[in-house]
Amino acid sequence: MNQDIEARKQELLKEGYEEVYTRTKVLTDAVMHYCPGCGHGTTHRLIAEVIDEMGIQDNVVGVSPVGCSVLAYNYFDVDFQEAAHGRAPAVATAIKRLNPDTYVFTYQGDGDLAAIGTAETIHAANRGENMTMIFVNNGIYGMTGGQMAPTTLVGMRSATTPYGRRVDLNGYPLRMTELLSTLPGTYYVTRQSVQNPAAVRKAKAAIRKAFENQKLKKGLSFVEILSNCNSGWKMTPVAANKWMEDNMMPNYPIGDIKVDGKIVEGIDANRLVLDHPLTVMQ
Amino acid sequence: MARELQLMKGNEAIARAMIASGCDGYFGYPITPQSEVMETLMAEKPWETTGMTVLQAESEVASINMVYGGAATGKKVATSSSSPGISLMQEGLTYLAGAEIPCLVVNVMRGGPGLGTIQPSQSDYFQSTKGGGHGDYQLYTLAPASVQEMYDFVFDAWDIAFKYRNPVLILSDGAIGQCMEKLYTRDYVPRWTEEERRANAPWGTWGKPATRNHNIITSLELDSARQEVFNLKLQAKYAEMKEKEVRYEMLNCDDAEYIIVAYGSSSRIAMKAMQMAREKGIKVGLFRLITLFPFPTKQLAEVAAHVKGILCVEMSAGQMIEDVKLATKCGVKTEHFGRFGGIIPTPGEVLEALENKIIK
Repeated sequence: MNQDIEARKQELLKEGYEEVYTRTKVLTDAVMHYCPGCGHGTTHRLIAEVIDEMGIQDNVVGVSPVGCSVLAYNYFDVDFQEAAHGRAPAVATAIKRLNPDTYVFTYQGDGDLAAIGTAETIHAANRGENMTMIFVNNGIYGMTGGQMAPTTLVGMRSATTPYGRRVDLNGYPLRMTELLSTLPGTYYVTRQSVQNPAAVRKAKAAIRKAFENQKLKKGLSFVEILSNCNSGWKMTPVAANKWMEDNMMPNYPIGDIKVDGKIVEGIDANRLVLDHPLTVMQ
Repeated sequence: MARELQLMKGNEAIARAMIASGCDGYFGYPITPQSEVMETLMAEKPWETTGMTVLQAESEVASINMVYGGAATGKKVATSSSSPGISLMQEGLTYLAGAEIPCLVVNVMRGGPGLGTIQPSQSDYFQSTKGGGHGDYQLYTLAPASVQEMYDFVFDAWDIAFKYRNPVLILSDGAIGQCMEKLYTRDYVPRWTEEERRANAPWGTWGKPATRNHNIITSLELDSARQEVFNLKLQAKYAEMKEKEVRYEMLNCDDAEYIIVAYGSSSRIAMKAMQMAREKGIKVGLFRLITLFPFPTKQLAEVAAHVKGILCVEMSAGQMIEDVKLATKCGVKTEHFGRFGGIIPTPGEVLEALENKIIK
């Protein structure tokens, strides 16, 4: 930790303050490059806390994608590999196969995981690779400047859909998480978000479960995290979170889809087979 | 398994050498004419004996990225394919070179372009030695000319790959992959223990102990000044390979008036053509390339200084000939002879080309 911060902390403790929260040691001191208000920072922290709490910092390998989180390896104080665009599930497959007792996780965005890396994602899931995949979905290509992603909503504006996504031109948004839940190789499939403290707590529990599952060796654990992309959406962070709740969440419902290898009771079958029309945004 | 005389296909030799040389993992995708590599591995079930992992991937794109992931943990990891599949792997290869990950890639060449043909060819020389993917990088490229060398070069590949932290390419072709020859097997080299892996690959992502900083495997550097330093480091590595790791073979070059330069299958044909020429009283030698990168520039130039002409024999439209002319600074008459599209030239055709293009 930064020495100035540490010194100030010691002063405050002497003055009688109590430490109620501290940053996990699994995050490095590097200053994150993410836009303020973006969900990446929070999601990184949750993963790091889970690694810390499970005591596996010396036995975990992460794989970062190409996209906003390409530099994730600078922020986690664990061994890390940076994969080519979309290839993280293939990279992680081999890490896990050759090091079966190591905890392996991938961290990808929607363009990386659901567009250019669709084949690697589906086949890693279908093989039941015993690893954890974290999928941050903000419905846009953030790093390259806000172009349409496979998860961009119908009607949603982006740099390459300046008049809104049109089904006749661009096809439908891809619900990758529902799709993966239909494959027998997935053991845990869930969608979470990190826009408020309640959501953060649930997301952390999901990430913890997804890591704990690796001990069982029963298949892939997949956690989608809905995030705003306030700069790409051209909104303030607060407005972007509101917009996410109003528009993203009806189309990408929050909650567990598959737990312990079984589809959760009450999940709409139409949602899983993906023939349920998505809401058209105004 | 000890040293033993066996009869087998080149592709099978590759697979058996991987197991015998302590390879930790193979990731591949079927493609003619090299599918016997993975078929042999799957039939041998090395995961039950040496503990080697074998996995059939969903594509060559996936298999080369599996090589990236596995090899970056400091283990000996390999893949194999044939020309169209190797083209798909070019993205992965440039990332492997850029992240300095040692690994083994085998290309059993077939004719192109496009889907081309499934018969043997040597038309991937440029792709292999001039950088098939983007950016300034080189693969250490070995060209076996026999089933025995298919086997032996797998053992050699690991030494070079880990010494230089660089991918090694074995550039073979459908003729050597498919033909059966005798070969002497070697004693098994055990897979590295956990301690050996950590000692041999201190840079690997094998789990960060409290005693070191986290290891990062990446080919990304956003700071131009630092990326230039990295590029210079790579170039220094390739220069060292050129200085220390060149391999070639000379036959009858001492008194030769003419030489044939060839590698792989073509060198076998050229050898016969050389014998036929010698029987006719024409003093012909053979300069066989074993490493295509690094190219034996100095050694070839020394030989070329004493001959009247050079015939380059290659199953392509003439790719290797460019490096031959650069090595000799075009100081001696040099011509290309080759067949392509999967056609293998006969020794008679090579001799005829030598007489018509060089000696005449």
